Amino acid sequence: MQETQAKTVTFIVSRQDSPDATPYQEEFKLEYRPNMNVISALMEIRRNPVNSKGESTTPINWDMNCLEEVCGACSMVINGKPRQSCTALVDQLEQPIRLEPMRTFPVVRDLQVDRSRMFDSLKKVKAWIPIDGTYDLGPGPRMPEKKRQWAYELSKCMTCGVCLEACPNVNSKSDFIGPAPLSQVRLFNAHPTGEMNKAERLEQIMGDGGLANCGNSQNCVQSCPKGIPLTTSIAALNRDTTFQSFKSFFGSDTV
Amino acid sequence: MAGNREFFYRRLHSLLGVIPVGLFLVQHLVVNHFATKGEEAFNDAAHFMESLPFRIFLELFIIFLPLLFHAIYGLYIAFTAKNNTVKYSFFRNWMFMLQRVTGVITLIFVVWHVWETRIAAAFGAEVNYQMMENIFENPWMIAFYIVGVISAIFHFANGLWSFFVSWGITVTPRSQLISTYATLGIFIALSIVGIRAIFAFV
Repeated sequence: MQETQAKTVTFIVSRQDSPDATPYQEEFKLEYRPNMNVISALMEIRRNPVNSKGESTTPINWDMNCLEEVCGACSMVINGKPRQSCTALVDQLEQPIRLEPMRTFPVVRDLQVDRSRMFDSLKKVKAWIPIDGTYDLGPGPRMPEKKRQWAYELSKCMTCGVCLEACPNVNSKSDFIGPAPLSQVRLFNAHPTGEMNKAERLEQIMGDGGLANCGNSQNCVQSCPKGIPLTTSIAALNRDTTFQSFKSFFGSDTV
Repeated sequence: MAGNREFFYRRLHSLLGVIPVGLFLVQHLVVNHFATKGEEAFNDAAHFMESLPFRIFLELFIIFLPLLFHAIYGLYIAFTAKNNTVKYSFFRNWMFMLQRVTGVITLIFVVWHVWETRIAAAFGAEVNYQMMENIFENPWMIAFYIVGVISAIFHFANGLWSFFVSWGITVTPRSQLISTYATLGIFIALSIVGIRAIFAFV
């Protein structure tokens, strides 16, 4: 006898109506479609917001943008693992599929979180290359091609927040900025023009909530969806800040 | 120095754990090991350590003050972590959690151990082979000492690993892996030394 019942996919979604509301779980059953991912399933629920008990409910809130794992906006905890929902294929996930927001960040609503702290950290560590002046500063020194290729790997960071979610030292009791902005310091310090502000960035991450808060659990490097060598960056910065602290304490060229 | 107090404290914490506290631990374990050569050998070694000149200053600056800072700041570090080994059961994350757990166990053990030996000595008791033999008449104390000594050694060996990372000595994943094996070797070797000494008194 042939299977007549349509294959279904079950989702258990952690929901929260407002930033301070108590979270609750809601189950949804959807008809299976080939090549479904978590976002297409969430879109399907949005089209017809009815839970598995047949009750009409509000559509689920979540963030998304590029849909190809380069923007980092759609990160959420899927079956206990923080990752991007756009590349989370239903075929590769164990059911029921559990969706939760990354609670390391303030939850805005349902699966949507506020990652502002990461962007604030990038501002704090001056994760850019200053090229503005009152006159034309010229083209600047060249970057060797080999180094550019190496730095490209560090530049893949999309500020998605997965490393902060995985880090045991990023939590409500600490003000650790987390691995992502630290690795950006290494990236911008490696650039021949960015290097001109190297000391400023190092002094910044030697401040409170900075580099020294790393406890070497190395969850970040294991969890990074882009495979960025975050712990190598942290160790390299540990070396740089060691030299920087000796320079500024004993007195030498501090910049 | 005002802006980066946390950086300074963290680095000081890391340094003091190895120099002098870690070195003192190794020296202490080595001296204990004389117990395997009999009562007299142990008492001679213990007496030599006791009769070092400027003993109170050596104890104060090599042991008590660094240990006190390392312990108090370590408790702060341990309790600001939110352990997540259930969700992220990676090897290093387990080591991260164990480093904090063994740190707390070691502190409890050291407080007890100092009370029982050094503070007792200040009140006139003589620290010798006989004293340890009496302590170990209670089998629970043997268990407590084994747990305490193993915790302290683990905390030192794994702390040495993170010392190399924190000061930027081992940067590449390969050097960190080799450092893992090396510190594992130190953990095993010192554990043998420590356990042998404990059973020499039993």
